[in-house]
Order: sequence, then C-alpha cells, then structure tokens
Amino acid sequence: MCSLPVPREPLRRVAVTGGTHGNEMSGVYLARHWLQAPAELQRLSFSAVPVLANPAATAACRRYVDHDLNRAFTSSFLNSRPTPDDPYEVTRARELNQLLGPKASGRAFDFVLDLHNTTANMGTCLIAKSSHEVFAMHLCRHLQLQYPELSCQVFLCQWSGEESYNLDSVAKNGLALELGPQPQGVLRADIFSRMRTLVATVLDFIELFNQGTAFPAFEMEAYRPVGVMDFPRTDAGNLAGTVHPQLQDRDFQPLQPGAPIFQMFSGEDLLYDGESTVYPVFINEAAYYEKGIAFVQTEKFTFTVPAMPVLNPAPSPAS
Amino acid sequence: MTSCHIAEEPIKKVAIFGGTHGNELTGVFLVKHWLENGAEIQRTGLEVKPFITNPRAVKKCTRYIDCDLNRIFDLENLGKKMSEDLPYEVRRAQEIYHLFGPKDGEDSYDIIFDLHNTTSNMGCTLILEDSRNNFLIQMFHYIKTSLAPLPCYVYLIEHPSLKYATTRSIAKCPVGIEVGPQPQGVLRADILDQMRKMIKHALDFIHHFNEGKEFPPCAIEVYKIIEKVDYPRDENGEIAAVIHPNLQDQDWKPLHPGDPMFLTLDGKTMPLGGDCTVYPVFVNEAAYYEKKEAFAKTTKLMLNAKSIRCSVH
Repeated sequence: MCSLPVPREPLRRVAVTGGTHGNEMSGVYLARHWLQAPAELQRLSFSAVPVLANPAATAACRRYVDHDLNRAFTSSFLNSRPTPDDPYEVTRARELNQLLGPKASGRAFDFVLDLHNTTANMGTCLIAKSSHEVFAMHLCRHLQLQYPELSCQVFLCQWSGEESYNLDSVAKNGLALELGPQPQGVLRADIFSRMRTLVATVLDFIELFNQGTAFPAFEMEAYRPVGVMDFPRTDAGNLAGTVHPQLQDRDFQPLQPGAPIFQMFSGEDLLYDGESTVYPVFINEAAYYEKGIAFVQTEKFTFTVPAMPVLNPAPSPAS
Repeated sequence: MTSCHIAEEPIKKVAIFGGTHGNELTGVFLVKHWLENGAEIQRTGLEVKPFITNPRAVKKCTRYIDCDLNRIFDLENLGKKMSEDLPYEVRRAQEIYHLFGPKDGEDSYDIIFDLHNTTSNMGCTLILEDSRNNFLIQMFHYIKTSLAPLPCYVYLIEHPSLKYATTRSIAKCPVGIEVGPQPQGVLRADILDQMRKMIKHALDFIHHFNEGKEFPPCAIEVYKIIEKVDYPRDENGEIAAVIHPNLQDQDWKPLHPGDPMFLTLDGKTMPLGGDCTVYPVFVNEAAYYEKKEAFAKTTKLMLNAKSIRCSVH
C-alpha cells in the first residue's frame, strides 16, 4: 500500500505533469507553456513544478514509444536492475521516480497532478486511487463545488489487491484529470481552457489547505471498476462489431441488463448480459482497443470522507 | 480533356480502398468485412473489388509507416526504381499502380472509392478532383439527393499547386469519401452507418447508369479549395494559438473577415483578415498539424453536369 496518512504539514513539493501520453494534447501544450512561463503555477506557500513526462512520445505525437508510461510505475519496473535493452518508458519511469519519488518513501513529492485526455465522452473526470485517499477526496469535492456546471465525476481506479502502476502514484498524494472527448493529436480550445482552469483550482485548494482552512467530513459518490468488456472479435482477432449507438457517448450513465452494447457488421445487436446495472466509462477509448477494452464497467457507491485535520497556517517560504 | 471519356460506356471495374491511412478505421473495418462477405457491394454486371491499400499501417493502427500514401501517386514516385531502400509507401504505391492502373490503360479501374475519416466536423464529404467530370458530378448529385436530409458536402481539390497525388487518382474516376468527426483509432457506429450509405448510393447510381437510365443535366454546390492556413507558431516552430472555439466544429459554415479564427495561449483572439467570406474545411484535423494546416479556406460555387446515358444496353 502506497497511500500515506493525511498530510500534517503544508504541501511544498507539488508537480503538474503533462504529456504522460504524448498524443493527449491538453497536457502536452500546458506543460510546454509552463516550462516557458511558470508564473501561473506559483502560489504564496509553494510553487508547482511543470514536467513533460514523456518527451520522446510527445515529439512523435504518439501515446508511447515502447511501453505505456502510465503503466510503468510498479515496483517491479522501478526497482529492477537497469539494462541497455530496457524500453524507453521503463527508463523514463525510473527517472521520474527519482525526480518525483521515490514511490512510497518519505522523500517523495507531496502531490502530483497528471493531465490526460480521452476519446471517450467522459466530460471532466477526476481519477484517484481509492476512497482512502482523504486529501484527494477533499480536493475532488472542492472541484465539484467550484464547477457544478462541469458535473465532475470521480473514478477510483485501483483494483483491490493490485499494486498502483500510474504516474501520480509515485507521490504521497496524487490525482489525474481526464478530460474528453478529444481525439488523439488534436488540441481543442475549450478542453485546453477547462484543463488550465482546473489546474489553477487544484493549486488554489492546496494553498487553502496550507493556509489552515478547515475541510469538514462529507459524503462522496464515486465510481469504481468491476470489470471490462472487449469488442466482439472475429477468429482472427479483428473487430466484428463496434459500440452500439445507444451506448456510444453515454459514459457514467446506467447500463441495464438486456440493453444493447455492440452492433455487429451484420447489423445485429449484442446485448449486455450482466446481472446488475453498471456504469460504463472509457467507452470507445482509442488507446484501449489494443488493451482489449471497449469499455470499463463500474459500480456507483457512496462513502464518508472524514474531516481533514486543520494545519497551523503556513508562513510563506523565504525565497 | 472534357468529361470522363468512359461516360457513355458501361462501368465495368470498381474498387473500394480502405486503410490508405491505417488509423482511419471505418474504411478498414468495411473493407475487411467486405473481403469476407461482399454481398452488400455486389451489383449485377459490375466487378467491385474491396482492397486494403496500406496493410502495414493498418496493422500498427497508424496513419503511415514512412510517408503518407495518399500524397505520392505522382509520376516521380511511381517511376522510381524499385528497391528495398525506398520508403514502404512508395513501394506499396507502385504495387497498387500495377494492380489498379495505369490511368488510361485498358485493364485499369473505372472508378476507385477511397474511404477516409477525419477528426474534423465535416459530416459526409465527397472529394472531387476534376470539375469537368460530368459522370462524377452526376453521381455526387445522386448521392446527395439520396442521403437528404442528411447533409453531404462536395469538396473540390482542383488547384494548380494544392491538388495532391492521391491513391485513387490512378483510376479514370477517383472519388474520395471522407466522414467525420471520428478520432483516429476509433470506430463509431454512426459514422460507419453514414459511410456505408454513401457507398450504397454510389453503387446504386453506377448500376442505374449501366442499366441505361438517363440522368438529365444537373447542378451541385461544391466548395473549392483556395488556400491552406497554418497555425500561428512561435520562434521554435511550436503552435502558439489554437483554433478559436467559435470556429471549432464549424466546417462548411461561412467565416467572415473579422470573425474569430485563432485563440493564442495567452487568451488573445486572432480574427480572419482580408475582405472575403470563406468556408473552412478540415478544421483541426489531427493529421494536418504536421502538414502545417489548421484549416483550408474554400469558396462556394455551382458545378453543372451535362446529361449522361450509357449507350450500351
């Protein structure tokens, strides 16, 4: 388990990472912009560091060069002995672990915010590890309250018993922003602007926390994965059908048993044969075709988030 | 050269290309399935051959391996001496040329449909390369009428310097079929349905023509390319401004001088200059960032076609 208790000191070491996938353009362009002009990442009690996470994939405008960087942060990848044949992203993950981690150590960054886009119609999705991440849960709640018109949904991505593998897990606390729909390789002004505003609000929240603001307990609703569904395929492994028009673009909406999920080449409908209502997300995400995922099935659940202990207000750093 | 010189003879050989860009999935999907079961694309008396043009790019789900296959069907590339050192797509272009061309040869294909997707909000689009091709203008008129009320736009890429050497240009009658918006690497059911309908109407038209039906003179509205507009860039060549939210997704809609065009990363609006209204297309196409094209300006005009009738019955 990598999560540490709720922070008892102000968060000083904060990073915002873009271009973890080199073709998810909001984060790529934001990271590039901040590397030239970091002023908007500064607050009274800390300054966030911008990082272009996957430079080689960004230069090629691809998701990755050898291996998905956002799956490379397991202890197995991070701690095994480096060899000259290591995939580019494994080497890069180790570098990022040195810069922002080491994962699960006392020297790790206090907070990492990782920026992503999806081709799925997920709107503004906040991705955290689990409901036990108290700081991240309060942060999500803050974003939801600041932007009710965005209907920010919270997706808790960690499967139970599984080790975290994503970039923001190297820090003591982390969150990913997943904004869509946006095609790979495309920079949309509306999504770019929304991402930028959300980052500013995340940093404002950290500042509020550092200044001793109280955050009382509350009830949170979130989605966690219970399964995945692949596309129907031919014997050769090719697509035999695609996401049904009645499911396409309906991320976070209930899917009932018996509802159509795929449409075959012949026009025939395939129906969902699960036993209970699920909430599909990442419906028709381009990058997930190769992972055998047409959509992720989630369940919706509610839980109590305890109050965060109030800090003594932080003095501004001397520099 | 006036109209397509085979306009009065029946159409014999038609090809449908998919996967010219390996990550534009609608064409890939349709062609792969038609190769297994081609019943839907058969018409009496007509040979219709589905074909995957860039199989290596399709396998990797990428636009191309070495270079863009849809830009290299010019005489220079087609004439290069075959060798392993040539880019993959150049070698492939030569293979395709031998299978489906040469343009005016006896065994060459009469019509080639090349299936594409775009990330731009262009809906159903037919791409025309020659404004004097009566046969194709009649076909496009038929497709547009059959699809209505679903809009279908015609993009004319005839231009002394901007026209490009497409894969389909090796046929006597090349037809580009472009449907969007669809992200690269994604297959959407609604886009698939639209492309399938376009092909159906196109093949029906050819069949009616071959059966001797007369198509009276007609006119269609087309959008003719004027120029391509790049993103504003900084001194390092990086993009410094994005397509303005007011222009995003507004393909085919009039853009007037003074209307917002780009939005800088600092939040400044850059308007369209000049004194002409234009009709933008390929607004924010992912694959065109590297070609330095944020959108293309077009002008709207009417193209007329004479009546056509197949003389052989």
